[in-house]
Amino acid sequence: MPSPLATPPTEKSSRYSDTTEATRSLSRMRRLTLRISYAEKKDRFFRNGLLLAGLTILCLVIAIFLTLVIGSIPSFRATGIHFFWGKVWDPVTGVFGALPFLIGTLLTSFLALLISIPFSISIALFLGEYFPPGKGKNRLAGLVQEAVELIAGIPSVIYGFWGLFVLVPIVRNIETQWHVLPYGVGIFTASLILAIMIIPYAASLSREIISLVPDELKEAAYSLGATHWEVIRYIVLPYARTGIFAGILLSLGRALGETMAVTMVIGNTSAIPTSIFSPGNTLASVIANEFTEAANETYLSALIELGLVLFVVTTLIHLIGKRVIRQFSTT
Amino acid sequence: MERPILEVKDFHAWFGTHEVVRNVNLSLHRNRVIAVMGPSGCGKTTFLRCINRMHELTPGARTEGQILLEGEDIYRMSPIMLRLRVGMVFQRPNPFPHMTIYENVLAGYLLNNIKLNRNDKEAIVESSLRKAALWEEVKDNLKKKGTFLSGGQQQRLCIARAIAMKPDILLLDEPTSALDPISTAGIEELLQELKKNYTLILVTHNMQQAARVSDDTAFFYMGELVEFAPTRQLFTAPQDQRTQNYITGRFS
Amino acid sequence: MQIVSIKRLRRRELRSKLVRSGVLFFTLLTLLPLVYILLYIVKQGIGAINWSFFVQLPKPVGESGGGIANALAGSFIIVGVATLLAVPIGIASALYLSEHSNGQLAGAIRFCVEVLVGIPSIVVGIVAYDWLVKPMGYFSALSGSVALAIMMLPIMIRSAEETLKRFPTSLREASLALGVPYYKTIIKVLLPCSLSGVLSGIILSVARIVGETAPLLFTAFGNPYLTTNILRPMQSLPLLIYNYAISPYDSWHQLAWGAALVLLIWILLLNILTRIIIRRWSVRY
Repeated sequence: MPSPLATPPTEKSSRYSDTTEATRSLSRMRRLTLRISYAEKKDRFFRNGLLLAGLTILCLVIAIFLTLVIGSIPSFRATGIHFFWGKVWDPVTGVFGALPFLIGTLLTSFLALLISIPFSISIALFLGEYFPPGKGKNRLAGLVQEAVELIAGIPSVIYGFWGLFVLVPIVRNIETQWHVLPYGVGIFTASLILAIMIIPYAASLSREIISLVPDELKEAAYSLGATHWEVIRYIVLPYARTGIFAGILLSLGRALGETMAVTMVIGNTSAIPTSIFSPGNTLASVIANEFTEAANETYLSALIELGLVLFVVTTLIHLIGKRVIRQFSTT
Repeated sequence: MERPILEVKDFHAWFGTHEVVRNVNLSLHRNRVIAVMGPSGCGKTTFLRCINRMHELTPGARTEGQILLEGEDIYRMSPIMLRLRVGMVFQRPNPFPHMTIYENVLAGYLLNNIKLNRNDKEAIVESSLRKAALWEEVKDNLKKKGTFLSGGQQQRLCIARAIAMKPDILLLDEPTSALDPISTAGIEELLQELKKNYTLILVTHNMQQAARVSDDTAFFYMGELVEFAPTRQLFTAPQDQRTQNYITGRFS
Repeated sequence: MQIVSIKRLRRRELRSKLVRSGVLFFTLLTLLPLVYILLYIVKQGIGAINWSFFVQLPKPVGESGGGIANALAGSFIIVGVATLLAVPIGIASALYLSEHSNGQLAGAIRFCVEVLVGIPSIVVGIVAYDWLVKPMGYFSALSGSVALAIMMLPIMIRSAEETLKRFPTSLREASLALGVPYYKTIIKVLLPCSLSGVLSGIILSVARIVGETAPLLFTAFGNPYLTTNILRPMQSLPLLIYNYAISPYDSWHQLAWGAALVLLIWILLLNILTRIIIRRWSVRY
C-alpha cells in the first residue's frame, strides 16, 4: 500500500473532510463522553495524590520532632534540666550530663568558623568581584568554581579519613614542638577539618550574595573615582553585610551538625576539654560513637536527648539564616 | 433562520468582587467571523475565555447567566468536553516545546489518548496544516521541534493544532498581537479561509483588523456589550454614541 | 584647585592592587589543601583498585588483598531503595508546591522542606532507628534507605519545584484548551517539559547522599558479607570506609582508600551526568 503522504492531497483531504466529518465527530464525541467522566475522576484522584504527598512532608517533620521528644522523656525524667549543665557523662554509673559535649560542639564549630572566614570571604570576593566566571572568558575563575563545587561534594567520611591520616600527624608535630600533650586528635584538629569542609559551602553562599549587589551602586562609586578596593570596602561589603552574616550562620549550622569527620579526629573523650588541643566530643560525635552501645533505656534516651538538642539548635540557626538571606535578596 | 451555534444569555463574570463582564446577550451564527473589539480592560478577553471556561483557571473567577453551545448549557457540560468542541488560539504562539511539528498538530489526540491509525494521523496532519496554510512550508520538516519555526509559522501551527480537533467554534485571542505585519496579513487571510468550515470568534484591540476580517462585530466597553451588528453596519452607522466615539478614535 | 593629590591617588591604587593580590593569594592557598585532599585520595586509592577489588569480599585481618563487593552492592541497594522511596513523594510534593505556590499549606510544606534541609544527618539516623530498627528488633538496609530517603527529599523537592515553577502558563492553557484533563496536562506536558530539571534534581540528591555515613551507623549498620536481603544489616561504601579507616590494620586502610576513591568517582560521575542532562535535554520555552 502506498504511503498516504504520497497520494494526491486532494483525494485524501476530501476523504477526510467531506460529509463523513459530521458523523465522525459525532461518534467520536459519544466515545469520549464515557472517557471524560472517567478523566474527571482521575483528575480528582491526582490532585488528592499531590496533596497527600505534600502532607506527607508535613507529617514527616512533625513525626521526626515528636520521635525525638518522646525518646528523650526517660532521660528527662531521670536527669531533668540538670542534664544541660551536668559536667559528668558516665554511662556506667548512669550519670548523664551534656555539658562536655555542648562545650565541645560550640568550641569546634566557632573555632572552625573563625578559621574559615578569611578564606571563604576571599574565595567569594575572587569569584564574585575579581574574576566572576561567566563574564567574558575566564578560565581560572571557571576552574576555581568547578573545584569549589567538586570539593563541596566530598563526603564527610572521606574528609575524616584524610584528616586522620594527614592532619592528625601534622597537628601531633605541632603539639610536640609547643610542648603540649601530643594527642594529634582533639578539638583543634576537628576544627581544622571542619573549617576545610565549610569553606566551599560558605564561599559559594557568600559569592551569591556578593553578586547580588546592584551594579548601579558599584558604578556610581567608580564614577566618583573610587578604586576597586574602595568599592568593595565601602559599597559591596557594607551592602552585603547582612547576607554574609546569614551565610556564616548557615555555615555554623552545618558545622554544628557535622558528624563523621569530627567523630574520626576529635578523640572521643567525655571529659570537659581543658584546652583547644585536648580531645573531646561533640553532640553528634558522642551519638555516633555510643548509640549502638547504649545498653539501657536511660542511656539510649540520654543520647536521643542530645540529638533533640542538636536538632533544635541547628534547625533554629538554619531557619534564621535562611530568613535573613531571603529578606536580603528581596530588598 | 437556523439555530445559532452560540447563545449568550444575561451573562456576567467576576474576578473576586470585580465584575469584568456585565449582562451580555448575544447570538452567533455558523461559518462567520465574529470580531470582539474594545479598549483594553473592557472584558473582551475574559468573555472569550468564558466561552471555553478557561477563565475558571483563575482563582476567584465566577460567572452568572448562560452560554448555550448548540442549545446546550456549557456550564453544565464537562469543561473537558466543552474544550474539545471549542478550540482556542492564544495571544502568543505556544506550540509544545517538547513535541515535533507533527506531534504538535496531533497534540489534542495524543494528550487525550485518542487512538488513531497511521493513515488517519497523516491525513489529519496534512489537512490541518493545509487549512492553516503551513503545509508547503513545513512538509519536509515535520519531525523538527515546533519551536524552531518563526513566530507567524508557530501561530499557524497553533491554529492547525486547534482545528485538527475539528472544533465547532474556534476562539482567537488577539492571535496577531505578537506578530509582525507580514505574518499578521497571512493569519488574516487564513481566517477568511477557515470560516468556510468553522465559526471564528476573534478578540482584537485593533479596529482595522476587525473591519478587515470580520462579518459581525461586537463592541465591548467597560465590561458591557455596547453594540453587536454586522461589521459594515457597525463601522458605518453605529447606533450607540460610545461605539461612535471609539471608531472615530475619541478614546482607545 | 586639586582635591586629590596624585601621590595620594597612587597610594590608593597601590592599596587596591595589594588587596587584589591578597585575595588571589588566599584563594589559591585555600584551594591547596582542597586539591591536596583529592590528589591524596587518588594516590592512596589507585593502588588498591584492580578487578578483584570489585568482585571479592574483604579478607580477614592479616591476609592481604580482598575487595569491597559487599559494600558496592550494598550501597547500590540502599541508595536504590532510598531513591524509589523518595522519588514519588518528592516529585508529587514538588508538583503540589508549584501548583499551589501561594497557598497557606504550601507555605507550611515549604517551611518543613527547609527544616529537613537543615536537619543533621545523625539525627535522621536516630529517627530511622526508632521507627524501624527498634520495632523490628535488628538493623536493616531498609531502615538505612528510609534515613537516606528523608535526606534526599528536600534536595529533590527544591530543585524540582524550581524547574516546575518556570513552566509557562501559556503552555498549560494550550493543553487545557485542547480538552486535555488536568492530570494529563501535568503528566504529558508539564513533566516532559521539565524533565531535565526534575531528573537532574533527582540525580543531584543521589549524589549528595551516596557518601552519607552518619544515618547508616545504626540503621544499615554494616555487614562483612554480601547480602541482598534489605531486611538484614548491609554493608555500604561509606560505612566500610569509616569502619576500616578507624581500624588499626594497614590492609584494611588500603581497602578503605580504594573505597574512598570509588565513592568519589561515583559522585563525580553523577555530577557530570547532571550537567549533561541539563545541557542536552533542557527545553527552552
